[in-house]
Amino acid sequence: MKRSVFPNRWLPYALVAPQIVITVVFFFWPAFDSLRLSLYRASPFGDRLIFVGLTNFERLFRDDASLRSLVTSFVFSFAVTFVGLALALLLASLANAKIRGLTVYRSLLLWPYGIAPVIAGIIWLFVFHPSYGILPWLLSFVTTYQFNWFLKGWVAMSLIIVAAIWKQFGYNLAFYLAGLQAIETSVLEAASVDGAGPIRRFFAITFPLLSPVTFFLFTLNMTFSFFDAFALVHAVTQGGPGDATSILVYRAWKDGFEGLQLGYSAAQSVVLMALVIVLTAFQFRFAEKKVTY
Amino acid sequence: MARTLAQPATLAVTRARRWKIDWHAVTAHAILVAAVALLAFPLYYAFVISTQTLSQVTTMPPRPWPSTAIVANYVEAWQRAQMGRMLINSAIVALSVAVGKIAISLLSAFAIVYFDFRGKQVVFWMIFVTLMLPVPVRIVSTYQVMSVLGWVNTYWGLTVPLMASATGTFLFRQFFRTIPDSLAEAAQLDGAGPMRFLWTILLPLSKANMAALFVILFVYGWNDYLWPLMITNTPNMRTAVIGIETLVPRTSQLPEWNVAMAAAMMVLLPPVAVIVAMQRWFVKGLIETEK
Repeated sequence: MKRSVFPNRWLPYALVAPQIVITVVFFFWPAFDSLRLSLYRASPFGDRLIFVGLTNFERLFRDDASLRSLVTSFVFSFAVTFVGLALALLLASLANAKIRGLTVYRSLLLWPYGIAPVIAGIIWLFVFHPSYGILPWLLSFVTTYQFNWFLKGWVAMSLIIVAAIWKQFGYNLAFYLAGLQAIETSVLEAASVDGAGPIRRFFAITFPLLSPVTFFLFTLNMTFSFFDAFALVHAVTQGGPGDATSILVYRAWKDGFEGLQLGYSAAQSVVLMALVIVLTAFQFRFAEKKVTY
Repeated sequence: MARTLAQPATLAVTRARRWKIDWHAVTAHAILVAAVALLAFPLYYAFVISTQTLSQVTTMPPRPWPSTAIVANYVEAWQRAQMGRMLINSAIVALSVAVGKIAISLLSAFAIVYFDFRGKQVVFWMIFVTLMLPVPVRIVSTYQVMSVLGWVNTYWGLTVPLMASATGTFLFRQFFRTIPDSLAEAAQLDGAGPMRFLWTILLPLSKANMAALFVILFVYGWNDYLWPLMITNTPNMRTAVIGIETLVPRTSQLPEWNVAMAAAMMVLLPPVAVIVAMQRWFVKGLIETEK
């Protein structure tokens, strides 16, 4: 705690005022309004709200589509986060050597972070394009299967997963590489002398020592795949085909803005809010206790 | 005589050392080069497409090298989607969100660290809670608040609500706490008021942190999608990431992917350029904002 404080009665309030005004008007007010709206339903002409109690939540938990959307969200986030991180860690471990030019490699790996999810989506949309894309063309030499993401849900899902991993992969790799380079080789050599093989050394020493990096990347990738990937879904697959790529945020948006089911959308927002609060709490607990720094 | 005999021997030694290949390093280079190439390929391919004519784009097999239609495609994209206006909108949003967020969080961190005031804990927790309320959890209601204020489809609406920042406030708070107390004491002894202390001492010391935050926030502001999608409803207020959708060929349209890719190139260039140019601060910002 700072001991020297400026004695001033009103100045600190003036200093925090902009932050607090924005927080109250654009965060708290809408959040409470979401809570309130979730108990209402718009009338058929949309001109007034009818109180319906917990009906929206009941409908949400009974609806098969919301369960599917939850599963879709988790499949997508899991694939992007775990596959992305595992691949990055594998490559980083294989490429971990005292070599020159690491800063050059780092520059060449970090730039995709700047690419908007929409742009990543548009680029991969074309790469996957059934008629003109290079990927279906290459695959046509191997198999006669039609990789048409307009028709096949899993191809559309793969498309957005690949686009998301592509955008995230460079800095995942760069951070793992930096983490590995920071590990003292003497620890690994000692284990090696004690007869631990490379795989044992990796799981007993390297992986635990990398846990702060993993935790950091895990949070970034989870946030990205849960929320920022909305752009990918909205611009590229529009949740389809069917609802194969309809993640939670996309569904809440669609029900609210296209379906104009304000109360139902607000109920989804409330559930999402609960999810975020749990995840944030988990993140802080986990960050405090389990991670070796 | 002895010298002339010795020379070939030393040469042989150095040659032997030179030829002893460090396979570990070679593997590492090979993997990293492959990773870099694989990452760059989609971007290269998109660029190549943006230089081809429509018939080259739609003829199989794909041509993976550039062609001559580059100027025509970029001009076409620029005119058809009001690219100039959209890029200006994106620049306005990215710059004001970055600068506004930095200013607002710097001021509140200053208040929290250097003043004692009633309700400080409450303020701190209010800022903290915003972490749990990202835009997607308040989609419909935020829109309603914006329409009550009359801010839908305005620059105010596009920028101001994004300027509150818990991460920025925490970053500056952490940083201010590492600054020795003696600096503030000395300033007070010299008769400098708090604002003067902020301006002449804290601000210059915070330059690196501000630069780090700037890169992250500029990229965030430029690439943010959900907010401008909700808040704007006319083409002239669209930011680039929203407006580009009109150029993406749908099933029933002419497959002008060359024009779409030209637009994609223009939209992705500014944030990528900021990252490349300010790389040192980018890495710092990425780490600091997630702490």
